Amino acid sequence: MADLFAKPVLPGQKPLTAGDATLSITDPGPITSIAAFPGQQARLAGKLGGLPAPNRFLTDPLRIWTGPDQTFLLGVPAPDPAPLAALAAMTDQTCGWAAFHLQGPGAEAVLARLYPLDLRAATFPQGHAARAPLGHMQSILARLEPQGFLILVFRSMAQTAWAELCDAMQRLEARARAGS
Amino acid sequence: MRLPGKGLIDRTKPLSFRFDGRQYHGYQGDTLASALLGAGQRLVGRSFKYHRPRGVLTAGPEEPNALVEVLDGGSQTPNTRATVQELYDGLQAQSQNRWPSLRFDLLSVNDLAAPFLGAGFYYKTFMWPRAFWEALYEPLIRRAAGLGTLKRQHETAPYEKAFAFCDLLVIGSGPAGLMAALTAARAGADVILAEQDSLMGGRLLVSGESVADRPGLDWVRASLDELSDLPNVRLMTRTTVIGAYDQGTYGALERVGLHLPAADHLPRECFWRIVARQAILAAGALERPLAFSNNDRPGIQLASAGQTYLNRFGVAPGARVALYANNDGARTVARQLMAAGVGVAAILDTREGVSALEDCPVWTGVQIADTRGRLGLSSISGRHSGGEFELEVDALLMSGGWNPLVNLACHQNARPVWRPDIAAFVPEPGMVPGLTAAGAANGTFSTHGALAEGQGAAQSALQALGLRPKSAPLPRAEDAPYVVTPIWSIEGKSRAWLDFANDVTVKDVRLAAQEGYASVEHMKRYTTQGMAPDQGKNSNIAALAVLADATGRGIAETGTTTYRPPFAPVSIGALGAGAQGAGFAPQRFLTSDQASRDRGAPMVEAGLWYRPSYFPKPGEKTWRDACDREALMVRHRVGVADVSTLGKIDIQGKDAARFLDLVYTNTFSTLAQGRVRYGLMLREDGFVMDDGTTARLGETHYLMTTTTAAAGPVMRHLDFVHQAYCADWQVRFISVTESWAQFAVAGPMARMVLNAVLDQAIQDFPFMACAPVTVGGIGARLFRISFSGEEGYEIAIPTAYGEALFRDLLSKAETLGGGPYGMEALNVLRIEKGFITHAEIHGRVTAFDIGLEKMISARKDCIGKAASQRPGLNGPEREQLVGLRLLSGSLAGAGGHLFTPGEHVHRETDQGYVTSTCFSPTLNAHLALAFLKNGRARHGQTIRIVDHMRKTDVLAEVCDPVFLDPQGVKLRG
Repeated sequence: MADLFAKPVLPGQKPLTAGDATLSITDPGPITSIAAFPGQQARLAGKLGGLPAPNRFLTDPLRIWTGPDQTFLLGVPAPDPAPLAALAAMTDQTCGWAAFHLQGPGAEAVLARLYPLDLRAATFPQGHAARAPLGHMQSILARLEPQGFLILVFRSMAQTAWAELCDAMQRLEARARAGS
Repeated sequence: MRLPGKGLIDRTKPLSFRFDGRQYHGYQGDTLASALLGAGQRLVGRSFKYHRPRGVLTAGPEEPNALVEVLDGGSQTPNTRATVQELYDGLQAQSQNRWPSLRFDLLSVNDLAAPFLGAGFYYKTFMWPRAFWEALYEPLIRRAAGLGTLKRQHETAPYEKAFAFCDLLVIGSGPAGLMAALTAARAGADVILAEQDSLMGGRLLVSGESVADRPGLDWVRASLDELSDLPNVRLMTRTTVIGAYDQGTYGALERVGLHLPAADHLPRECFWRIVARQAILAAGALERPLAFSNNDRPGIQLASAGQTYLNRFGVAPGARVALYANNDGARTVARQLMAAGVGVAAILDTREGVSALEDCPVWTGVQIADTRGRLGLSSISGRHSGGEFELEVDALLMSGGWNPLVNLACHQNARPVWRPDIAAFVPEPGMVPGLTAAGAANGTFSTHGALAEGQGAAQSALQALGLRPKSAPLPRAEDAPYVVTPIWSIEGKSRAWLDFANDVTVKDVRLAAQEGYASVEHMKRYTTQGMAPDQGKNSNIAALAVLADATGRGIAETGTTTYRPPFAPVSIGALGAGAQGAGFAPQRFLTSDQASRDRGAPMVEAGLWYRPSYFPKPGEKTWRDACDREALMVRHRVGVADVSTLGKIDIQGKDAARFLDLVYTNTFSTLAQGRVRYGLMLREDGFVMDDGTTARLGETHYLMTTTTAAAGPVMRHLDFVHQAYCADWQVRFISVTESWAQFAVAGPMARMVLNAVLDQAIQDFPFMACAPVTVGGIGARLFRISFSGEEGYEIAIPTAYGEALFRDLLSKAETLGGGPYGMEALNVLRIEKGFITHAEIHGRVTAFDIGLEKMISARKDCIGKAASQRPGLNGPEREQLVGLRLLSGSLAGAGGHLFTPGEHVHRETDQGYVTSTCFSPTLNAHLALAFLKNGRARHGQTIRIVDHMRKTDVLAEVCDPVFLDPQGVKLRG
C-alpha cells in the first residue's frame, strides 16, 4: 500500500524577524468552508454557535467571514455533515491555503505596503477580517490579536506571498536603520 | 559663499561630495544646490536647446536649471533637481546636456544660431524630404537637445509603495498647514501632514518673522513637538503630494533613501496612495521670475531663493547683490542680506512712486536692458526713472510676485480664477471635493492670514468629519498687505526667458500669437513652454500673460493650460514598485514542481502557473526528441501528467443541477451520480466561454472542471450568473482548485499504474465514471476521463499529498516503461484527437464554429443560447474548425492564414487561420487545427497555408479535426 507523505507549506522555513514584525508559517489545522443556503443563516448559526458578520471573525472555534453567506471554520474537524446538509454546503479547504502569522508593533506598517485597506486599529480592530488582495494575490486577512494578523493565500502562491511579506519587512527595517 | 554662523545646517557635520569629478565640501542639512553655491560654484548646468550656461534659479522642487545626474550605488538618476537632492557624504553628481564639459560646451553654438531656432523652427525646416525626418533630422535633433541620460540597464534599486488612510490630509507645513494640522489633531482627527521638504515649517524656516511673539522657527519647533507627541498624527517629510484623484485619494511620492547612500533593502522612494476624508491644500506659492534681457545667467536667482540660501544654508548669493522686484515683500530679502553683512548694490523697483527709504540705493521705475557675464553674472545695465545705470554685481535677486500653488486643486479639471488685486490665479472652493485651499495657496500671503485660514479650513474639515474643534487663540503674526504691480516682460536688447527649462522666450510666445496659435493650449504646444520637467511652474502664468498682451485679451480670458498630475516628477520605479522581475505577478507552483525540475524539465508559464514543458532524457538533442518520445510513450505504454492547474469548482445544493443546466449548453440534471459529462459554456453574447468536464459526486453535489486559462473567469461568471439571475436558488459553490492536486494517468497501461497505488484496485471502471478512492488511507477522487484519446484517468488527492503521489505514480509508470509527459506532448496528443483548448476557443468562435452546435440543448434555455442564434453566427459563411494534414513542409507554430490554391494571397481572399500545430509521431505527419470558411464542407480539398511572419508557404489537406481513432475505441477500451 502506498504511504503518502503530506508535504508542509514551505518546508523548513524559519520565522523571520525584521524591524518590528515577525513573520512565520502557521498551521491553522482543518479548514472547512460552510456556505449557508438561502434562508438558512439563522438555523445554521444556531448549530455552529454563531456565524461571523461580514468582515468579522469569531473565535473558539475560529470562524472567519470569507464572502456572502460563506464562513471558513478553522482549527477543528469539519462538523458532521448530516444535520447540516439542508442548511449549508460544506467543502474541505484544508489543503487549499497557506497560512502566515504576522505579529509585532510593525505588522500594520508591513501590511500597509501590500494591502489597499484601511488597517488602522480604530477601523480594523481585533475581530475584523477581510477578503482582500495581498499585492496581486487573493487572500484572507484577520486581525487575531491587537498586533497580530492571520493571512491566508492560495497554497500554490505561498512562495510569492512569503517573499513579498519579507521584502516589505526588510524595507521597513532598512528605513528604521537609516532613520528614514 | 558661506556666511559664518547663519543657517540651519549642522556645521559640526561636514560632508564631502563630488560634482563633475571635482571634490567639494558641504554640511549636513545642505542640498546639493546650496553646497555648490556655498562652494562658489555658480555654473551648474546647460539649457535644453541653446546650451546656455545656467545657475541655480530657485531653492525648491520647481527648479528648472540645476538638473544633474546623481550616481549612486551603480544607478544613474538623470534630471535630479539639485535644489531637492540633499547632500550626503560621498554623493556623486555630474552635470548633463553638455559636451565635452560644463564650462566648454560645443553645442552652445546653438545659442549663436538662435535667430534661426525660434519656436516652430523644426516644424518649418525639417519638412523635406519626408523620409529624412525619421532617419536623419529627428535623431540629430534629439542628440542636440535634451536632458540627462539613462544607463540603459535594468533598474535594480528597491522601491516601495504603500497605502495610508486618514481623516485629514494637510498638504504643506508652512504656517497654514501647521495651524491646520494642530487644530485638527487637537480635536482628535487622524491627521497626515505631508511636506515635500526635508524640514517642516515652510517659509517660517527662512522668513525671520515672529509668530506668537517668538521667533517663527521656535513656534514651528514647538508645534512639531506637539504634533509628534500625538498618536493620531503622522508627519511625512520629503513627501510630495503629486495628484488629487477620485474620492479623496491622493498620490504622494516620498524620498526615502535618495538623501542617503544606497543601502540593502532601503527603498529609494515610496509611492503612497493616501485616502483622506478631508484635505487642506496649504502648499504655498511660488515666486515668479521677471522676464528681461539675458535674465538666465548664473547668479540671477529668485529673491525667495536668495532668502532661503541666506537664512537656511548660510550662503550669500554673491559678494555684491542687487534686488529687482515689483512688490514690497521682496525688499525684506535685501534688508536681511545687509544685516548679514552682504553688500547690496541697489534695490531696483520696477514701480514708479514707491518708497526709496532703505539702507541702500533704491531706484524706481527700473527696466533692466541687459546683463553681462558668460559663465556668471558680472554686470547689469538699464534705465530707471532718473536715467540710465550700469552696475557691477555678481548676483541679482528677482521677484515678479507670487503664484499660489493651485495645481492639486485643478487636477479634476476645474480651472482657477484670476484675482487682479494680487495678479494671480487662485483656487475656488469645491474644485476637488473635500479639498480646501488655505494660506498662500489660496492667495492669502500674510502669515496672520495663513494661520487664520489654516485654522478655519481645519475647523470646516472637522465639522465635515463630525468632530468638534477645540477653541484656541490664533497665534499673533505679521499681517502686512501684499502689494504688487505686475510686469510681465521688460523690453531690452536681447532675449528674455520665460521658460528656463525649455528655452522659451518672450519673443517665442509673441511669435506663436503672430502665427495664429492664440489659444494658450496651442501656444504651449507650439513653443513647448511648460513642457519641461518643471511643467512650467516658473513660467506658465508669465507666458500666458505675454500671450494675453500679444493677442489683446485679458489674462482671465486667456486662461491657464490644464494642470495635470503628477505635480512633481515621479520615477517609474516608484510607480511600479514591487513589480520588478518576478514581482510582476505571483508565481503559482504545482505540487509536482520540484519533481519536474529534478528531472530537468524546462518550465513554461501557463497563466501564473509554471508547468513542465517536456522531460529530457540523456541523448535527446531537441525538445522534439523528448516530445515525440513522450507522445509515443502515452500511446503505447503509460504517461503521467500534472493537470492540477485546471480549475475545479465544488457546486452543492438542491438547485445545483438546475444551476448547471443554466450555465452549460447541455444538460447536467440528467447526469447519473458517479458519472462525468463534457460540458460547453457560452458567454452571454453567445460565443464559447469555456469547456470542461463536470462530475456528479452526489445527488446535490457536483464538481466542475474548467480550463487552466479560464479558471478565474468561469468562477467570476458563475458568481455573476448566480447573483444576477438566481440568487434565491439553493446553490453554493466554491473553488477547490488549490485544495486538490490532480494527475492524468493515460495509456494502455494506465490502469496497471493506478492499481499499484490505490488501496483497492479498480476493475470495471467505465469511461466517464468517477468514484471516491483511497491512496495510503488518504481520501482521493478518481475520474475516467481522457484528453489524450487513450484509456485515461485523473486522480485527485488533497494538495499536501500531491508531490508524494506524483513521485509514486512516476516510479510505477517508469517500471512499466512509461514516465512523465509535459505540455508539449500533451498538446500533440490532444491535437491528434482534435480536442480544443483556448487556442481554438479564443473568444471569437461559436459552438457552431467548433462543430458543437448540437450541444446547445433544444429542450432548455441556457446562458448565451438566444444570442448564439443571431444571424451570422451559424452557417457556411463562418470559419469552421477543421483538421489540416500537411502535404509538404512543416509549420513552426500557429498563426498562418489559409488561402485557396491558385487565388491571389490577399486580405480579401483570406479563408481562415491556423490555431494549433504539431508533428504527430503516431501518424508521422505534420498536423494542424484551423478555422476555415465553410470548412466542414471542404474536407478533402487542398488549402494553402501562408505564414507571413515566419515566411512559410505550404499546402495541406483539409480533413476532420479528429485525426486519430475517430470512433474513440481506445478511449473507451
